Amino acid sequence: MIAVYWQTAMAWLTQLEPHFAPLQVAIPLIAAPICVLIRQRRIAWFFTLVVTWVTFAIAVALLVQVRSSGDISYAIGGWEPPWGIEYKVDLLSALVLVIVAGIAAAVMPFARVSVEREVPNPRIYLFYTMYLLSLAGLLGITITGDAFNLFVFLEISSLSSYVLISLGRDTRALTAAFRYLILGTLGATFYVIGVGMLYMMTGTLNIADLATRLPALQNLRVVEAALAFLLVGVGLKLALFPLHTWLPNAYAFAPTVATIFIAATATKVSVYVMIRLLYTLFGGTDFFATTGVDEALVGLGMVGMIAAALIAIFQRNVKRLLAYSSVSQIGYMVLGLALGNVAGLTAAILHIVYHALMKAALFMAVGCATTQARVVQIEDLAGLGRQMPVTMASMVVGILSLIGVPLTVGFVSKWYLLQAAFVAGDWAIALVIVASGLIAAVYGWRVIEAAYFTDAPEGRAEVAEAPLSMLVPLWLLTGLCVLLALNAEWTMTLAEEAARALMNGAAAGVVP
Amino acid sequence: MSYAVFSSFNYWMVIVLMMTGFFIVIAQGNMVKKVFGLNIFQVSVFLFYISMSPIEGGTPPILDERFELYSNPLPHVLILTAIVVGVAGMALGLALVVRIKAAYGTIEEDEIERLEEEMP
Amino acid sequence: MMREKPILRVVSKNLIPPIMLFALYVQFHGDFGPGGGFQAGVIFASAFILQSLIIGVAEARRVARSALVRSLLAFGGILYIGVGFAAVAMGGNFLDYDALDPHDPVHGQHLGILLIELGVGITVATAMITIFFTFAGYEPLPSEPAPDPNREAPEREDLAQAVPPHEGRR
Repeated sequence: MIAVYWQTAMAWLTQLEPHFAPLQVAIPLIAAPICVLIRQRRIAWFFTLVVTWVTFAIAVALLVQVRSSGDISYAIGGWEPPWGIEYKVDLLSALVLVIVAGIAAAVMPFARVSVEREVPNPRIYLFYTMYLLSLAGLLGITITGDAFNLFVFLEISSLSSYVLISLGRDTRALTAAFRYLILGTLGATFYVIGVGMLYMMTGTLNIADLATRLPALQNLRVVEAALAFLLVGVGLKLALFPLHTWLPNAYAFAPTVATIFIAATATKVSVYVMIRLLYTLFGGTDFFATTGVDEALVGLGMVGMIAAALIAIFQRNVKRLLAYSSVSQIGYMVLGLALGNVAGLTAAILHIVYHALMKAALFMAVGCATTQARVVQIEDLAGLGRQMPVTMASMVVGILSLIGVPLTVGFVSKWYLLQAAFVAGDWAIALVIVASGLIAAVYGWRVIEAAYFTDAPEGRAEVAEAPLSMLVPLWLLTGLCVLLALNAEWTMTLAEEAARALMNGAAAGVVP
Repeated sequence: MSYAVFSSFNYWMVIVLMMTGFFIVIAQGNMVKKVFGLNIFQVSVFLFYISMSPIEGGTPPILDERFELYSNPLPHVLILTAIVVGVAGMALGLALVVRIKAAYGTIEEDEIERLEEEMP
Repeated sequence: MMREKPILRVVSKNLIPPIMLFALYVQFHGDFGPGGGFQAGVIFASAFILQSLIIGVAEARRVARSALVRSLLAFGGILYIGVGFAAVAMGGNFLDYDALDPHDPVHGQHLGILLIELGVGITVATAMITIFFTFAGYEPLPSEPAPDPNREAPEREDLAQAVPPHEGRR
C-alpha cells in the first residue's frame, strides 16, 4: 500500500522536476495569501513551516540538478528568452537559493515561541504572510534572468520586510521601518533608472542577452551612467558602508525572527545581485579596468570593514552591535567581489554562505536570551553564561567565527580573502582584513565578558534555558558553522567553481 | 544647441522632476513630505520609461496590415507594474507615518530623533 | 449627513451602479480592447470609495467587511498563481496559457488571460478598498494616545514615560 503511494509520489516528482525553477518561487508566493485565509496563528505557523521546508527541498534539488546537468533555463509562460521572462539557475544562484531557503526553513521551528512573545496575537498570521512573501521575493531575485523582473521581486521582498520590521515591539521599529522604506525605495528606483537606460540602448531586458550586447556599446556615456545608477541602487540595498544608515535600527528593533531572516538573507541576496551586475551583466565589458569601479568598491569595502566595526564597539544594544558587525562583514564581501580575481570572488561567495549561517546563529542566540530573560542591552546578558549555558556556548562559537578564529567558517572565507589580497599584490588590504578581525574581537569580547564574567544582577529570578524548539535550530546552524569549517572542501569547491564560471563567462563575453 | 535641448525635452523634464523629488526626500524633515517627494521621484522614472517608447511615425501597437511601424508597448507594461509597486510603497509609507504620529506625537524627523536619543 | 445632502446622495446613488458596470466592462473587455484587471479594479474600488465618502466609512464597512475584503484580497493572488500551477499540472510551462485547453491553444490563451486578469482585478479592487479604509477609518488602538490635532509635541519626559522601552505601543 505504502509502496504504491510512494511510487505515485515519485512519478509526480519526476514529472514536476523540470518545473522546479518556477515552483521555487511560486510555492511561497501562493502560500502567502493562503496564510491570510488561514488566520489561526498555530495553523499558519505550521503551514509556513511545511512550505519553507518544501521550498528548501526544491532548492537542494535544483543545486543537485545544476551540479549533474549544468545550468537550468526555464521560459515562464512558454515565451522563449530573450522575449519572455527567463528563470535561470547556475551554480552561484543555486547556492544562494539553498542558503536563503535553508535559513528560512531553519528559522521556522524557532519562530513559534519567539513570534508569539513578540508580535501581537491577532497579527501573527500577517507576520507569516509577510515572511513568506519576503522569502518568495528573495528567491525570485536570485532565480530570475530578467533585469526588470528582478526589480519586481526586489520590491516584493523589500515591501514585506518593511512590514516585518514595523511589527517590532519597540516604537523605534516604526521609524526604522520608515527610514528603510525611504532608502530602500530610493535604491530600487535607482536600479530601475539604470535598467531603463540599458533597455533604451539595447532593447532587451534579459540579463544574458544584455551581456552580449553591452560590449559593443561600452563607450557610451549612457551605459556608464546606467552602471552608476545600478551600483548605487544595489549599494543602498546591501548597506554598503556610507549607505548603511537604515540597517542598524531596522535590525535592532524588528521582531527577532524577522531580524534573523533579514540579516541572514536580504543583504546576501543584494550582494549576489551586485556580483551578477558586475560579472554577468557587465562581464563582457572592461568597465572594471577603465572606470575605477573596482577601486571605489575596494575602498568602500575597506572603510566599511573598519568603521562599522569600530562603531559596533560602542553599542549598548546587543542586536545593534550585531547589526553594525553585519555592515562590517558586508565590507568583506564587497571587497572580495571587487578585487576581481578568482580567489576574491570565491571569498565573497563563501562569505555570503558563511555569514548567513553565523549571523543567523548569533541573532538566534540573542533571540533565545530575549525570550527567556528580556535581554536588550549588553548588561542584560550578565550571568547568563551560567544560567543558559547551551545558548551562550553557541553565541561564543558565532563570535569566534565573526572574528575569524581557525576551526570556524569565518576563518575559511577570510583566508581566501587574504589570498586574494596577496594575488592582487596589495599588502594594505591584507592589513585591513586582519585589523578588522581584531576589532571584531574587541566587540565580541564585550558580549562574552558580560555573559561569562559578570554576575547576574541581584534579585533577578532564575533564568531557565530556552525551549528545545529554539535550541535545536540554533545548534543546527552553529554546528554548521563549525562543521563546514572542519570539512571546508565541499563549500569551497562549489564556491570556487561558481567563481570560475563567472570569471570565464565574463572573459568569454568580451568576444561578441 | 537649441535643437539638442528641445529634441530631448522629455529627458529634461524627467531630470527636473527627478531632482525635485530627490531633493524633497533629502531636505524635508516632514515624513509625509518625504513620502510624496519619493513619489515624485518615482513618477519621473515612469515618465522616463514611457517617453522612450514612441517612435516617430509609429502607430499604437495594434497589428494591422496597413501599418508597419509600431511604437514599443513594452515600457507601458513595465511601468504599469512599477506604478502598482509605487502605490503599494506609498500606502505602506503613509500607514507607517500614521502609526508614528500616534506613537511619538510628531512626524518631524528632527523631533523624533531627539525623542529617540532619550530612549535607552 | 445623509439627510443634509440630498443632491450628493441622489447623484452618487445613481452613479455607483454604472461605475461598477463600467468596471466589469473594462475587466472583461480587456482581452480585445484597452483595459484589464488593474484599471477595472481601481474603477470598481472607486465606486466603494465614493459610497463611503457619502454615507460614512462605518456604514460602508458594514457592506465591505474587513474579513471579506481581506479574504478576497488573498483569493485574487491565489487565483493568479493557481493558473500558473494549473498550467504546470496540464503539462505546460508555468503560466503557459496554451496548455490550459488541451484541444485549442487559442482557447487556452483566452481562458488564461481571463482568469489572470480576474485575479488581478479582485486583488487590486480589494487592495484599494483596504487602503482607503485604513486611512479614512483609522482609529487608534486602545492603548494608543488619541491623535489630537491641537496637541503640541510632547515634552521629552512625558514621551519617555508614555513609551517604556519594552512595552512599546499597543
